[in-house]
Amino acid sequence: MSAVAARPQRIDAGRIFIRIFLPAVFICAAMIWVLNAIATDRIENSSVALLVAVIAWLTACWFNIELSRLSILNLKLSRLRDLVVAAIFGIFILFLWEVFVAVFQIPFILLPPPSAIFERIMASLPILAADFYQTVIKAAFIGWCIGSFSGFMVAVLADRYGFLARGLLPIGNMISALPIIGIAPIMVIWFGFDWHSKAAVVIVMTFFPALVNTLAGLNASGQMERDLMRTYASSHWQTLLKLRLPAAMPFIFNALKINSTLALIGAIVAEFFGTPIVGMGFRISTEVGRMNLDMVWAEIAVAALAGSLFYGGLALLERSVTFWHPSYR
Amino acid sequence: MSAGTSKFGNAFLPVTSILLVLLLLWYVFAYVMNAPFQRELDKRAGENPSFSELVIKTWSQPKPTMPAPHQVAQRLWKTVFGVKPWSKRSLVYHSGVTLSSTLLGFLMGTGLGLIIAIGIVYIPVLEKSFLPWIIASQTIPILAIAPMIIVVLASINITGILPKALISTYLSFFPVAVGMVKGLRSPEAMHLDLMRTYSASNAQIFWKLRIPASVPFFFTSIKVAIAASLVGAIVGELPTGAVAGIGSRLLAGSYYSQTIDIWAALIAGSVLAMLLIAAVSMLQSFTARMMGAQP
Repeated sequence: MSAVAARPQRIDAGRIFIRIFLPAVFICAAMIWVLNAIATDRIENSSVALLVAVIAWLTACWFNIELSRLSILNLKLSRLRDLVVAAIFGIFILFLWEVFVAVFQIPFILLPPPSAIFERIMASLPILAADFYQTVIKAAFIGWCIGSFSGFMVAVLADRYGFLARGLLPIGNMISALPIIGIAPIMVIWFGFDWHSKAAVVIVMTFFPALVNTLAGLNASGQMERDLMRTYASSHWQTLLKLRLPAAMPFIFNALKINSTLALIGAIVAEFFGTPIVGMGFRISTEVGRMNLDMVWAEIAVAALAGSLFYGGLALLERSVTFWHPSYR
Repeated sequence: MSAGTSKFGNAFLPVTSILLVLLLLWYVFAYVMNAPFQRELDKRAGENPSFSELVIKTWSQPKPTMPAPHQVAQRLWKTVFGVKPWSKRSLVYHSGVTLSSTLLGFLMGTGLGLIIAIGIVYIPVLEKSFLPWIIASQTIPILAIAPMIIVVLASINITGILPKALISTYLSFFPVAVGMVKGLRSPEAMHLDLMRTYSASNAQIFWKLRIPASVPFFFTSIKVAIAASLVGAIVGELPTGAVAGIGSRLLAGSYYSQTIDIWAALIAGSVLAMLLIAAVSMLQSFTARMMGAQP
């Protein structure tokens, strides 16, 4: 395989046409036909639709295998290929979900089809936006900022005094493993029903990962580099600012990424213990009670989108800050 | 978590002194937070207590804003040792309920994670198509789905331990899958080549090289997984309407403002987490000894 493909982008157009273009056209046509069939008359054609859907899925699997076997030397094209392979997999999960729900007539309260969830999202954008603002922007984001920053600051201070660092590291490691989410009812009693109590939960949840990872990162720079800084007669803070903090950045970003997930979880779960009548956690728990599962899935989709976008943004920022790290070169 | 014996001696003094300072701060904090309400009570009763009397009173309120450590300790003692372990007032009973769904979910999650990891290592296309979605699935706040899973499964008559365990499964499979992909790939190319010169089959390479090489990764990831399972089990108990388990104690405490109960349940959950992690650590050192590691 690899011996043949010396300059793989230029291999003959006929092969690309047969292996890539034709299956892609077939898959798209089959998907459109199946979706159309289950939208118009779902009962009579159901077994045929199922058959076509499964064939399209198998073709897509084969297509993905072919695509990931293609050795592409160009880095950007190769990244694009990885993206396409992952996207096809994701699209087919949604597609098969839609088809199975329709063909096997799975009750709506058990699993609503993706199309219904999408319709619900479009129909209730104002509610979703208000919940998003309450839970993600106010509670999760503010809590994430304060918690991560204070964990970082305490770590920098503790690092200055070795005694503190030696004590805080085991304690922080232990507390990171505890079910901290349990403090939610206490915070609701202390800070009331509004977003302040949720932000407080998020602060406590994000503090310790930031602390532990920053402490570990500050020890990541090599002894040799530190000795070099000493020969330059640089002070503690100069060494910290110019050598150890930059070297700690991969660890700090790791903490920020972990915290972004924790912050959303903390903010949503804390709302199960009492909220004003707005917020994603509140909406999820009440709409579950009313069996409006499409609304619950809509909230989950918004949360997933927000979480993924935030995570992706952090990853981009990390790439530009830690451009020197071996994994990006 | 590199707490070897030599490092433990080094960390003992700092850890205990920081814990002592935290305990002291807790008492100060309890006074500060309970004092306004206590002053109000005293004013209504027409009393004028001295400062030391006020301090004592703030540390012994029945429903304090912030209970003092000894109050929590007393409540823990009473609900752990003071009642029969199978009575509904016993924290041992509730911890047992949470523990059972934690362990079931942890076992299922570890199994699922192992299967996914082996699949990803041996089927290349899965890495490109499946792995990105697994990682994306963890940026979703999975716990937010907890109430829906419980209610939906209840509507098709699946109740009890399984729905909670499923939430734990979802939380615990990810660290195992990612850690084991790393672990199964950890043997160096030279070792793999050596196996090939022995004309070892794929199965032999798997059992005799990849699995032993992945053991340290396995234990690191199941430590994370078991802590996550416990969180999943506790959150899974919230929407069931406070029947049994540590999560239900938290919820009941927040309904009736029984702050001491909440703190006691919280400490019980923390102790449970520490015990679980200690058990995994013991299993780890036992396995290492069985595999012939030098202590």
